[in-house]
Amino acid sequence: MSNSILELEMLRKNFGGVVAVSDLSLQIEQGAITSLIGPNGAGKTTIFNLVTGFLAPSSGHIKFAGRIVNKMKPHTIASIGIGRTFQNVQIFPKMSVIENIMVGRHLRSNAGIFYSCVLPPFLRKEEKRIQEAAEEQLHFLNLAQHAHAPAGSLPLGNQRMLEIARALAIEPKLLLLDEPASGLNARETIAMGELIEKIKQMNVTVLLVEHDMELVMDISDYVAVINFGKLIAEGTPVEIQENEDVIAAYLGE
Amino acid sequence: MGGKNSVGFLILIIGIILIPFMVTNDYYLGVLIFTAFNCLACIGLCLLMGYAGQISIGHGAFIAIGAYTSGILTAKFAWSPWLAMFCGILIVIVIAFCLGIPALRLKGHYLAMATLGFASIVHIVAVAAVDLTGGPSGLVNIPRLDFFGYVLSSDKQYFYFSWSVVALGVYIAFNLINSRVGRGLQAIHGSEDAASSLGINITSYKVQVFILSAVFASVSGSLYAYYMNYIDPGPFDVSHSILLVTMVAVGGLHNIWGALIGAVFLSLLPEFLSFLSDYLQVLGIAYQPDYDTLVYGFILLIIMLFLPEGLFKGFGNITQFVRSIFKKFSKRASDRVK
Repeated sequence: MSNSILELEMLRKNFGGVVAVSDLSLQIEQGAITSLIGPNGAGKTTIFNLVTGFLAPSSGHIKFAGRIVNKMKPHTIASIGIGRTFQNVQIFPKMSVIENIMVGRHLRSNAGIFYSCVLPPFLRKEEKRIQEAAEEQLHFLNLAQHAHAPAGSLPLGNQRMLEIARALAIEPKLLLLDEPASGLNARETIAMGELIEKIKQMNVTVLLVEHDMELVMDISDYVAVINFGKLIAEGTPVEIQENEDVIAAYLGE
Repeated sequence: MGGKNSVGFLILIIGIILIPFMVTNDYYLGVLIFTAFNCLACIGLCLLMGYAGQISIGHGAFIAIGAYTSGILTAKFAWSPWLAMFCGILIVIVIAFCLGIPALRLKGHYLAMATLGFASIVHIVAVAAVDLTGGPSGLVNIPRLDFFGYVLSSDKQYFYFSWSVVALGVYIAFNLINSRVGRGLQAIHGSEDAASSLGINITSYKVQVFILSAVFASVSGSLYAYYMNYIDPGPFDVSHSILLVTMVAVGGLHNIWGALIGAVFLSLLPEFLSFLSDYLQVLGIAYQPDYDTLVYGFILLIIMLFLPEGLFKGFGNITQFVRSIFKKFSKRASDRVK
């Protein structure tokens, strides 16, 4: 892989005696869709949490756009251009759909608490810009008709869409999607696949954790297979499907 | 401010203008002025509790710091009351910052413990530092507020002034809630992980709101000192801080109007109870003011059990319920006509 945006170098994470990620090295190509697959408990979500700063690595390095980001807090990581979604959807259920996305514009606006309290005229303009950007995002995801509904009232499929819209609102260079299709029906899964391909066309690199193999093989440019925190194979979807180690890991030979 | 809130704000303003015409008794006007001080502290506390999800059991201490800074600087050093109030705000900002940084870095309710300890310390200092605070016998000769030499001498003037500050506080609170920062706070309350994945610095936001809520309390304390012209440590003990938390919880945590209603309700309750006790006397029941605490506890219990979202939401639900019954009846009536 020539042009990588994210590099994991000998990344390791121990939880007490359990090794969740074991000296893993992996490069994620810019502008592509890369999928992380592997059995449950293989360490995929742990890798996401390491990359986004929710966990600190026990050893090894994480480089994003040439910069070591190991010790950064999640909000700093977001500010340098890594967005993410969560395995168990984490929308803000009591806020409206559009407000959820407006929260995503946080990094692209800068009113502090003092100005927010007194609301000077220039702030109204900023507020308007935030709202317009959020509306644009809603149209992109066909959620505009739900704009003012409480986010918690949406069906799961739309909640996952909303979570992605919110993560896109920060204008990330790299987007980490943690099982975006889990719990979705067949039609919703197809829509999700189309959405992820659209995101790629927006020149956002996508790193995907997903169990729906059909979806993974369909949309991924590269697939990395992980088992027991170790990389056991990587390559194009076709290469992976023919890899004997992968078949063994999945079928438990 | 959105539609419904603008209506609420209008009602608040009209109420403020009209009430002194209806309440001519100076004692009750005084009670309403105290209510304004409680409202002010509760607005700040509501921002902290309802929007940042943190509890402070030491807001009485910030009220005390505001009151004592104002009192000491005006009575002992002849500062302008406005300057003294400003100075109180600055001191409170520094203290809230120092308390908030270590307590809010951790997940969980460490702020409640830190503020509880802090409130006890402030109360002890107010009692023991006799040279500075006057100790238990209090601090006298605090001047009234004035606007360029025009002194707010009557209770009516002070009523208008203090409730205008409450209205300003409500305005500020709603601006904040509907802003970038306010959304950030609601996001933190919804899911800390998701909020930080969107670039929101959780600790920083919590500290900022804590500071803002402490400033509200400090202003409330300064206004209290200028109204009473005398302060002693009595009203600033931990139980007052707990009463403030109760007010916000009774009214409804997640709504500024709820906090106001809770503050007004619990501020006026003792008056209502003493009014009621006269009648109970006739029935042969000797009601003591000490029983007030019992009634508070009972009300809190009832509200937590039956209206967990507070009085404000509770009223909303009740009106909705009544409306739905009414609809059912009117539908039945129209069916019968057919």
